Amino acid sequence: MIEVKNVTKRYGRVTAVQDISFKVKRGEILGFLGPNGAGKTTTMRILTGYMPATKGRAMIAGFDVFEQPIEAKRRTGYLPETPPLYPEMTVREYLQFVARIKGIPRSERTGRISGAMEQVRLNEMADRHCGKLSKGYRQRVGLAQTLLHDPEVLILDEPTAGLDPNQIIQTRELITNLAGDHTIILSTHILPEVSQTCQRVVIINNGRLVAEDTPENLTHRLRGAEIIYLKIATHDDPVPALSRMPGVQRASVSKRNEGIIECEVESMTGEDIRRNLAQAVIAAGWGLLELRQLRMSLEEVFLHLTTNESNAETPDIPEDEEREIPTSNTKESLDEVVHE
Amino acid sequence: MSNIFAIADKELRSYFSSPTAYVIIGLFAALFGFFYTAILDFFVKQSMQLQQFQMGPSSVNINLQLIRPVLSNASVVALFVLPMITMRTYAEEKRSGTIELLLTSPITNLEIILGKFFGALGLYSLMLLVTTPYIIILFIYGEPELSPILVGYLGLLLMGGSFISIGLLISSFTKNQIVAGMITFATLLLLWVLNWLSSFGGPTTQAVVSYLSITQHFDDFAIGVLDTKHVIYYLSFITFGLFLTAKSVDSERWRG
Repeated sequence: MIEVKNVTKRYGRVTAVQDISFKVKRGEILGFLGPNGAGKTTTMRILTGYMPATKGRAMIAGFDVFEQPIEAKRRTGYLPETPPLYPEMTVREYLQFVARIKGIPRSERTGRISGAMEQVRLNEMADRHCGKLSKGYRQRVGLAQTLLHDPEVLILDEPTAGLDPNQIIQTRELITNLAGDHTIILSTHILPEVSQTCQRVVIINNGRLVAEDTPENLTHRLRGAEIIYLKIATHDDPVPALSRMPGVQRASVSKRNEGIIECEVESMTGEDIRRNLAQAVIAAGWGLLELRQLRMSLEEVFLHLTTNESNAETPDIPEDEEREIPTSNTKESLDEVVHE
Repeated sequence: MSNIFAIADKELRSYFSSPTAYVIIGLFAALFGFFYTAILDFFVKQSMQLQQFQMGPSSVNINLQLIRPVLSNASVVALFVLPMITMRTYAEEKRSGTIELLLTSPITNLEIILGKFFGALGLYSLMLLVTTPYIIILFIYGEPELSPILVGYLGLLLMGGSFISIGLLISSFTKNQIVAGMITFATLLLLWVLNWLSSFGGPTTQAVVSYLSITQHFDDFAIGVLDTKHVIYYLSFITFGLFLTAKSVDSERWRG
């Protein structure tokens, strides 16, 4: 549905995006992840036909956005980072204008507009001026604008930025509901958002694609041994007993507090020891308070990937003051992660 | 076509949803009225003198001696006012980010530009329309000829169109309305006084410079002469201005 092929974008001497390729299948939600200034917005702007790529091709529903821009744009709904509203128009007037330039036939306009307002719960604001709306409502008007012409592809640049927690949940629900009929790319730097809404993730950093996979696989790929967190009530020292269990590589106490012991048990790679662990705790007569797997969160994956990238490949990339490159040093090599 | 109309409609609405349109139209009418009254007063005195002393031409020409200077003055006022109409066209869209909506919608660059052009031209036409009562008064109390007046207004419209095309071009260069307005104003003023330079050069330079001067071409319209030379000058000026605007918007997209 969406295809980006070897896209490069240079602004003068600065390379914003370098040789990025990815595909999105029909009905999929793709999370576009990267630190600020990584090239997310640039890639989206190329996909929406706002600016041409220096090299490479971008296709929407089989139409090249540069060669057949009108056809591609007709099938795309785009929400830029700041919703493109005219402050002097009311919400309804604004949507009427957008409906006209999106080429919706006159007879369908009223229906489509009320439909879109319904979808983003905007009805009570229909006759307010866009300039007087709160950030949350502006975002919703922006979203309504993308849905008006019922496009096959939705490209959303940080759709939840600046919303309150309630609105964020509503917006996410809306996006998830849209996924069936629409193909969606959404960019964000909020990581839980990606694991909650997206089926696939593309991580870019410094204009390069550093990873592309499902959120589960990404976290899984980086996780070697599994660590299990255990909280038990006992006055004994549980470490010797736990260490002797089959499948356990290492056990250590992380916190001891008046008969309540918290420990971390590391398993051999690929073994699920949770069941045995629980039985062992009960058999020893300890009180089992908590047992859970410590997952490497997407956040850690993200940090891991973006940090390594900047350390390993900075010399190739022209200076760009706007970019914030995370500089903490991690020892693992990126190549292990990406080309595993 | 309907897209051009949609953009033009939006532009016009936005002028009227702020005080801009009302202030511009109101003050233009007031200034027009001032020039009209002053010239009319002079004209009336002159014709009375002629009647008393019975010298020179026995009758005065209302078209030449009243309407021509009034329209010439109106053209100068338009030169001051039009930069204020065009300065926001692109600058404001770029500043607020709404240009992203326009450029990612299924409409062409040319449609956007023409829409903006006709939007501004629409407001300018309304400005000119407001001055018609002054002319109607002349028809009630005098016997002016209609066709030279229509030609004069056509001239004002064409000249205004040229001003607008320059204004659009300059507005597409910047995000700052004031900068766009000021540069447009300076450019228009320079194009107006360009023929002053002609005295420095030889005959060829003189001809070229006075041909370029945008207001020079208006003189014939003001006296009611419809010369295709001038019509073509203004139309090609407008086309060229809009063409450059298209190139400017496009190059902005490439540069990012």
